[in-house]
Amino acid sequence: MIFTAGIDVGSTYTKALILSDELEIVGRAINNTGFKLADLARRTFEQALNEAGLESNKVSYIIATGFGRHMVGFSDTAVTDLTASARGANFLFPNTRTILDVGGQTMKASRLDAAAKVKSFRLNDKCAAGTGAFLEKTARYMGFTTEEIGPLVATSKEAVPISGVCAVFAESEVINQLSLGAAPADIMHGAVSSLVDRSVQLMKRVQMEPAFTLIGGILRFETMARLVREHLKSEVNVPSGDMVQFTTALGAAILGQQRLKKLRESGAIV
Amino acid sequence: MAYAAGVDVGSTQTKAVIIDESRQIVGRALIDTGANVVAAAEKAFAEALEDASIQEPEVEYVIGTGYGRYRVTFGNAQITEISCHGRGAVQMFPRTRTVVDMGGQDTKAIRVNPTGEIVDFCMNDKCAAGTGRFLGAASAALDIPLSELGGVALKAERPVRISTTCTVFAESEVLSWLGKGKKIEDILAGVHQSIAARSIGLLRRVGIDEEVTFTGGVARNIGMIDALNRGLGLKVNVSEDSIFMGALGAALFALDHIMTSRAPALSEALV
Repeated sequence: MIFTAGIDVGSTYTKALILSDELEIVGRAINNTGFKLADLARRTFEQALNEAGLESNKVSYIIATGFGRHMVGFSDTAVTDLTASARGANFLFPNTRTILDVGGQTMKASRLDAAAKVKSFRLNDKCAAGTGAFLEKTARYMGFTTEEIGPLVATSKEAVPISGVCAVFAESEVINQLSLGAAPADIMHGAVSSLVDRSVQLMKRVQMEPAFTLIGGILRFETMARLVREHLKSEVNVPSGDMVQFTTALGAAILGQQRLKKLRESGAIV
Repeated sequence: MAYAAGVDVGSTQTKAVIIDESRQIVGRALIDTGANVVAAAEKAFAEALEDASIQEPEVEYVIGTGYGRYRVTFGNAQITEISCHGRGAVQMFPRTRTVVDMGGQDTKAIRVNPTGEIVDFCMNDKCAAGTGRFLGAASAALDIPLSELGGVALKAERPVRISTTCTVFAESEVLSWLGKGKKIEDILAGVHQSIAARSIGLLRRVGIDEEVTFTGGVARNIGMIDALNRGLGLKVNVSEDSIFMGALGAALFALDHIMTSRAPALSEALV
């Protein structure tokens, strides 16, 4: 059995995933990224190895990805998260043509061809209003943690309009709405809705076409996927459970298997 | 003696100023705005009255300004903070032609004529970058009180370059610089420079004409004064009462009103 690993160092979470040559996921781990990127990447990899019951020398090829990919000292190579997520999304949903990836500090839209090559992409990484940080801040202003966002929004009946122009200005907006008697769930719903508006704008800029695959930590909140579906008036693919967070690491590990196979075929390694 | 008052309800702090007929400040108050804006305006006014040792009926006219000006329920009129900052700045520094007002949630660049009237202005109203909130984020990330940030920044020898625009991301950037072993003073100097650069961008859009007067709550920060001076290549005017500039302007407009409403009576008396 030949194993590869994908290490996805995101702005908020670091993910590690170990894959067999039968494309079977044998180990996964996730941690808050924090500020010691190199140490944490190593630790997350070790946790994934533990789950897989493997020693690190059993993993033949390691690909790092994500914004902190160059901090992963033990990887064989690094690829951009756009490349890795395209591969991961294509593996889970072969019909994928447009990917929306909403993470803690970035939002990315990319369009793929049938071979999962990235044809066009747009990023928002300058402004928190278009990222998970916006939802996190909104929740925090109302005294909720990030983990509580999903269950909270699920109870909302109607969204309160939240402009979503700036994550900092959202604080006054939230306070205003609370003082007018709006329910926290409905305010949160409004914040998710404004994030969806921004996502769709970003997807339009890459000339989106179906099928759509939504990934990234924010897609843990089912409301997000439902609102995107309503907005696009189209079905969307969402990886099940916490795989939304591992799609990019999975893609990196698949690329690792492909790379390894090529190296073998060319006789570079035996 | 007649008195006039200005109450400036800002996003972060509420300021009240009482002036006498000779335009001198006789009472001032500064409190956090908090969630109850109406109460904040009332409290600030009451504290300014106490500071001036006068009773409420002695204040003939009150003007509300700032984003919460319509919540100054006891105010006789409302005027935008842009007009008030221009008026206050020219009163305090008569040669002022450009005003940079840096508050808790917005930064405004205002160009005024010699009588303090607004010629042009622009502000960041879509994004908190380049406002006092950026300092608030740094203060929270480094656990240093807001009032001490500027002094620490002045000690910098090799300021870091803050690359993030967004205030929310700046907080993580500050921590990551700290993680990379940068000195706190160098990080803070970078934070101040980044805010100054954005404000100077706003100032350029209205045109920088000497003299430049720095108003608003952030004008109390010596690190920001230094960063603006360096960025602009001149010395900005700063007064101890910079944070009260909007309230002072409102009080001056209120005094105008008192004087003009008196004028007919005066002319009748002369007849």
